Amino acid sequence: MNRAIRRVGIGVTVLILLLVGQLTYLQVYDADHLAHDPRNIRFQLRDFSKPRGKIQTSDGQVLARSVETKDELKFQRLYPQGALFSQIVGYQSFVFGNTGVEQTYNNELAGRDPLLQIRNVGDLLAGKEPVGNVVLSTSAPLQAAARDALGAQHGSVVVMNPKTGAILAMYSNPSYDPQPFASHNSAAVQDYNKLLLASPDKPALARAYRERFPPGSTFKVVTSSVALGTGRFTPQSMFPVLTELNLPQTSNTLKNFGGEACGGTLALSFQQSCNTTFGQIGLDLANEFVPGMEKFGIGSAPPLDVAPGAATSVGPAPGSFQQNQPLFAFAGIGQGDVAVTPLEMALSASAVANNGQIMQPHVADRITDSDDNTVKTIDPKPWRTAMTPQVASTVTTMMQSVVEGGTGTAARIPGVSVAGKTGTAQNQQGAPHAWFVGFAPAEDPQVVVAVMVEHGGSVGSEATGGRVAAPIAAQMIRMVLGR
Amino acid sequence: MSLTPSQRRNAELGLGILAVVITVGGYILVTLSKGPSLPSNIWFFLAVLIGLYVAAHLAVRRLAPRADGTLLPLAALLNGFGFVIITRIDRDVNNQLAPSQAVWTMVGVAAFVGTLLVVRRVHVLERYRYTFLFLGLFALLLPLAPGIGREINGGRLWVHLGPINFQPGELAKVFLVIFLAGYLVDKREVLAAGGRRIAGLRVPAARHLGPLLLAWGFSLIVMIREKDLGSSLLFFAVFAVMLYIATERTAFLLAGAGLFVTGAAIGYAIFGHVQERVSVWANPWPVAAGNGYQIVQSLFSFGSGGFAGTGLGLGSPDKIPNASTDFIFSAIGEELGLLGTVAIVIAFLLFVGAGFRIAVQAQRPFPKLFAAGLTSIIGIQAFVILGGVTRLIPLTGVTLPFISYGGSSLIANFVILALLLRISDESAERASRPEARADALARR
Repeated sequence: MNRAIRRVGIGVTVLILLLVGQLTYLQVYDADHLAHDPRNIRFQLRDFSKPRGKIQTSDGQVLARSVETKDELKFQRLYPQGALFSQIVGYQSFVFGNTGVEQTYNNELAGRDPLLQIRNVGDLLAGKEPVGNVVLSTSAPLQAAARDALGAQHGSVVVMNPKTGAILAMYSNPSYDPQPFASHNSAAVQDYNKLLLASPDKPALARAYRERFPPGSTFKVVTSSVALGTGRFTPQSMFPVLTELNLPQTSNTLKNFGGEACGGTLALSFQQSCNTTFGQIGLDLANEFVPGMEKFGIGSAPPLDVAPGAATSVGPAPGSFQQNQPLFAFAGIGQGDVAVTPLEMALSASAVANNGQIMQPHVADRITDSDDNTVKTIDPKPWRTAMTPQVASTVTTMMQSVVEGGTGTAARIPGVSVAGKTGTAQNQQGAPHAWFVGFAPAEDPQVVVAVMVEHGGSVGSEATGGRVAAPIAAQMIRMVLGR
Repeated sequence: MSLTPSQRRNAELGLGILAVVITVGGYILVTLSKGPSLPSNIWFFLAVLIGLYVAAHLAVRRLAPRADGTLLPLAALLNGFGFVIITRIDRDVNNQLAPSQAVWTMVGVAAFVGTLLVVRRVHVLERYRYTFLFLGLFALLLPLAPGIGREINGGRLWVHLGPINFQPGELAKVFLVIFLAGYLVDKREVLAAGGRRIAGLRVPAARHLGPLLLAWGFSLIVMIREKDLGSSLLFFAVFAVMLYIATERTAFLLAGAGLFVTGAAIGYAIFGHVQERVSVWANPWPVAAGNGYQIVQSLFSFGSGGFAGTGLGLGSPDKIPNASTDFIFSAIGEELGLLGTVAIVIAFLLFVGAGFRIAVQAQRPFPKLFAAGLTSIIGIQAFVILGGVTRLIPLTGVTLPFISYGGSSLIANFVILALLLRISDESAERASRPEARADALARR
């Protein structure tokens, strides 16, 4: 019988090994998938059953905090600033999960970050739950000013520090109140979501970093930088004076704004936002154009720390010049296949402001423990190198001339040298979008701004970037610089 | 491997201290997860825990001094671990199972000592095999009796007598294995030699096979009547394994497998609950909120635990139905991760290995087959439920030996443990007798 017993023993061992294999599959290989299945509420329960840190602005305004409830989920989030910060803060929803900073910094807010755990050993022994607070680089007055400046107009405002990538304000109108999402009443949350989705204004869409628009002439900042970077162009490069540019492969032409005649040097064309010149540059750059744009981040999503992240801005397909040359002329003036987020335009301007270097954009400045001691600082990190410092300096001078005596004079601030570029972007949905991107002070940039007012805002088809968007940008710059 | 009795007992004591230390550590962690201070009754709990182990250990020293020294510590580890997890689940679910489990553990240890005291010679059991057959069948039938039988969680497995609820089926397993071991040892030669040939297979004469098939069929029918698929599967597998070991004929194993497939197919065709179990096993995801809820929650627990687990007290075992009984392993998987689950599985492997070693070392056929049968109960029962909750095989509810909450199961497991130690002690004693040595020399 011993032989049979040994065989049975081997059989049992094989079964046990199968079990270990299955356990390894469940707990290692498939673990993430199982743990984050939407029907698995363990992680959410874990997050809802304990207090959660605050989200605050740089000036100490509380944007999100936890209050105790009497239902099964023991805590609920309160969003005292409502729609003003929802596009950054996001929400913690039992039904839809987390978005925004609530999601990106979920581990820190829930106190699961190892740094917080070490810091809070004392709390643990005292029976307190460890939590972390997220302090944003965003300022409440600036954010409110952006909202008030847009008023009823649909549009976006992005204000950043070009040297660190810190976002000082980022707002788009319309917005939504995140509070109903934090409700523990599942049906009410679903209804609220349906209501938001049904609205033609798309209030739940964070246009500043989740929606693409044609950038129009603001894109000439990118076109000029790429052109100057090739070494084949200088600010003194001459272009013919034209009212319209004949395009290859088509009978269509590229016209100047208002049918005016313009041209001359590249610098003058930039100041006057001359389309025929930049259309020609787009054609001259040909297949060099797209790799140049990619250095600005076109074609990839900026690493923004606001879940679910920023949308990818797009340009013409790389290497497609021979197939469709007119598209490259239109790309030169920010039309055609070019579609970017307002955030991407702010980043492009920040490249000029920061010696060609684009920093990673971030809304969080630091993580603090329950006693408000800093445990972690979000350090500035470079994202892209768009151009050389020399090219950046040249483009800065050209952008200054736009505000001093070109299309962007509405952005002038007494005593401050503002560099900027306007844009009036044609689109198929209606009146052109009014754009302005810029930074100040030009000699040592502290703030970069991108403003976009959809379909000309209150001015409609009469709008230009210089008339509608530049004044808002100037107001933002003045607030940041304290002028 | 000729350890002296005192070496074996000292090893048992040392390993047992390890098991107790692990249990105490886990218990302290669980209580700390409730709040920052230790409960005032912790010293009482520690005294009881250590006292129980010392009592069991001293009983072995006195009553079975030559027995294997690893089984008792392994049982203590599994039992202690189970108690820690039940205490943990109590914290969230709050149905006070832990104190009751502590009492049942005491009763289990008493049954362990009692078995060692009463069963001084294994062959006594062999003599009463038909009595045990009758007892086993009676125990199986008891829950069907009107008045005292109770149906709990869809299975009619319970007997209700005064204040006590128990599952006689747990002890029936032990009784039926005693009968099977006795009967098969008696008939194994005629069974192995076989009678007529049918389809190339030598089939033993009906009068030899008859009682076996009858006993087996009867038990199966009873268990299916009680909707206890897990026990049916367990009993069938133990039966097939014992038949194979007794006859050493692979054909019986294959025939057993064939019978199982046939039985399973018939069960599938006839019983709605069998069909449901199989379809839920094949793909639980479309019915994750319905019939598949249990298994899906179990899988979520394992996945959420991951490699290292959430830590004791930090998971959500209240989301798993029956977390303290059939699904206790899922709760372990969530809070202790792969590290914890593999540790448990290895502990069972060691237990089964020690059990089969006892069987191999036994000199006489009855204790040999009996030890193999008892070990198979623990091993197969563990596999049926561990495989079930991990979706390796369709889920059928049985308890996880020594770990799950439940008095009847715990008592039966401690009786099995005592019987294995008794067999081990007897073999070691025989081997150490001078005449046995002379026998062995003469046989060379």
